[in-house]
Amino acid sequence: MKPHPEEAPHLAAGFAVSESDGHGAFAGHLGDGARRASPVLDMDAVLDDPHTRIVVCCGSGGVGKTTTAAALGLRAAERGRRVVVLTVDPARRLAQSMGLTELDNTPRLVAGVQGPGELHAMMLDMKRTFDEIIEAHADPERARQILTNPFYESLSSSFSGTQEYMAMEKLGQLRRSDEWDLIIVDTPPSRSALDFLDAPERLGRFLDGRLIRILMAPAKAGGRSAFKLLNAGFSLVAGAITKILGAQFLKDIQTFVGALDAVFGGFRQRAEQTYRLLQAPGTAFLVVAAPERDAMREASYFVERLAEESMPLAGLVVNRVHRSPAPALSAARSAAAAEDLESRGEHELTAAVLRLHAGRMQLAAREHREQEHFASAHPTVPIAEVLAMPEDVHDLAGLRQIGELLAS
Amino acid sequence: MTGKGGTGKTTVAAALALALAAGGRKVLLVEVEGRQGIAQVFDTPPLPYEERKIAVAPDGGDVYALAIDPEEAMLEYVEMFYGMKRAGKALNKIGLVDFATTIAPGLRDVLVTGKTSEAVRRRDKSGRRVYDTVVMDAPPTGRITRFLNVTSEVAGLARIGPVKNHADLVRGVVASPETAVHFVTLLEEMPVQETLDGIQSLHEAKLPVGGIFINMVRPELLPEAALDAAADGGFDAADLTLGLKAAGLTDGAAGSSSIAEALAAEVVEHAQRTALERRERQTLAEATVPRYELPLLPEGADLAGLYELAETMCSQGAA
Repeated sequence: MKPHPEEAPHLAAGFAVSESDGHGAFAGHLGDGARRASPVLDMDAVLDDPHTRIVVCCGSGGVGKTTTAAALGLRAAERGRRVVVLTVDPARRLAQSMGLTELDNTPRLVAGVQGPGELHAMMLDMKRTFDEIIEAHADPERARQILTNPFYESLSSSFSGTQEYMAMEKLGQLRRSDEWDLIIVDTPPSRSALDFLDAPERLGRFLDGRLIRILMAPAKAGGRSAFKLLNAGFSLVAGAITKILGAQFLKDIQTFVGALDAVFGGFRQRAEQTYRLLQAPGTAFLVVAAPERDAMREASYFVERLAEESMPLAGLVVNRVHRSPAPALSAARSAAAAEDLESRGEHELTAAVLRLHAGRMQLAAREHREQEHFASAHPTVPIAEVLAMPEDVHDLAGLRQIGELLAS
Repeated sequence: MTGKGGTGKTTVAAALALALAAGGRKVLLVEVEGRQGIAQVFDTPPLPYEERKIAVAPDGGDVYALAIDPEEAMLEYVEMFYGMKRAGKALNKIGLVDFATTIAPGLRDVLVTGKTSEAVRRRDKSGRRVYDTVVMDAPPTGRITRFLNVTSEVAGLARIGPVKNHADLVRGVVASPETAVHFVTLLEEMPVQETLDGIQSLHEAKLPVGGIFINMVRPELLPEAALDAAADGGFDAADLTLGLKAAGLTDGAAGSSSIAEALAAEVVEHAQRTALERRERQTLAEATVPRYELPLLPEGADLAGLYELAETMCSQGAA
């Protein structure tokens, strides 16, 4: 299926600004109700729109990206879509919550989905994905040479961008197969949450760069001693490379690059294709955050970066938001009443409950401030809040509940 | 210092650096992931690739900070070990530095752990170590073993040769009894599970495990009996209504009984959460390593909060 450039505005049309959802009232209790609320992210409109084919959940580590991806997958499936969730996070609990003993590189059907759609789940196996590309693009003899090369072995299992690159490759494969109405993917827990955008370009830069030509030189010269054909300016560099990296490393990488040469064009092209796929209107990026300073700051940065790359942002998901069932009683009044009771030595339990409540209101206010900072910098970004739950997610019912919170 | 994302790893690393510097010692706090998290925690401008004093510890110690940039570390390494400053520039130009720091498996990690080891081993003219302790704000729990296990990481690309030699040297520092890998966790299922998995994998890699810092622990405000009752759904709002009346919280049409009901619901949630936290605390006890508990800071981890955490660490014997 081709993207639908003529229908680009459809994503924006999915977001309604709701004034009666309680956010305004909540802000009022915190004493800053004068500020304009962010638009509310209409998650069901994103999930239901047949033009939405890919949802990417990104954000810093520990904010619940993977759980969000799984919950959205379940919700979309129960609303009638044929969904695959691709996760890169090997959290066993997530597999268990979907009733699967483990996740692997093949989509597995999740049982217990209530509704007309289907949910499949898989976990990225980067080495296998890499191997498959090699096998698909090189003749058997060359493929064998590459797959058994020591440099390839370490590249395919620990290259600091391999995971990102392979996640994007797998996403491209799933999309091209056209087997799925909707692909939901979370992003790798990398150094920088943006690595998945940069990895393909980095690989391209490496493959196009001068280094590769220098490393390739001996192979092209038919095995004659390295760097002979290069001009004198390079000899210093060549010597340095041998000295720093060692001759054996150099030999491995030369063999590897030589064997991989035929596959390179395909690689780069695919990386570029996937990158363009991410920019297409059928993709919706969700930035996931928790209402804490670092996570919100990262979310801000992410939103700006996506705009720079012309990646379609659907909105921000703020997980684990704390609210109080008694928002009308402010932290200050609650603490004052507790102090009053304590000083009179009466109703100890009530005083303790009031202290607890004051703490909860304080936390809610702090979280709200963090969100306000984000909203004032990015006033048009729609936001979905997910309330913190007292227990962790263990099963489909838990995921379903998160899905409801995401869409409410 | 490692920990799952969102557990406050950088804050705890910074507080530990302060705690270890207390009483006139000199500590270096290093950051390896290019996030500028240390600068944010100490509320200072972004750190350059240079050791500079960032805080004064209680009773006159100094905390220095360094944000390790792998590219700079590589150029420094080339210059220091090979005396090739010009070559360094040329290597950068042809993309070798880029290659080593972003693409080649493991090299980036060897460069940053290598720079850290150099700071650990560095001595002044009198032969004394320049830093009493080096605290590293390390990568998250999921990647910590691979990150520290430098020799096996570069094994695929360097079985012999200079990279291997360097990795062996670094391994010597990382695996020495002078090193301790601490974990930061919250009393939540996923961070606790990752902590235990991380400890296990460090043991398997024969890397030294330190302690567990349980971060953001909330104060226990309610008596045991009330919590137990609430967890079983038996919390009595009637008593609360009387208390609220006594405190004068009876205004509005709703009256104190509806506030009482809402507060009772809050207590039930709190009790469920507390029960889960207790289970997680017990689970952590399975790992037979020291545990320290750090309080939740109501105003967030600002500078004053860091000193408070540092003091807690000292009083619990973590530093």
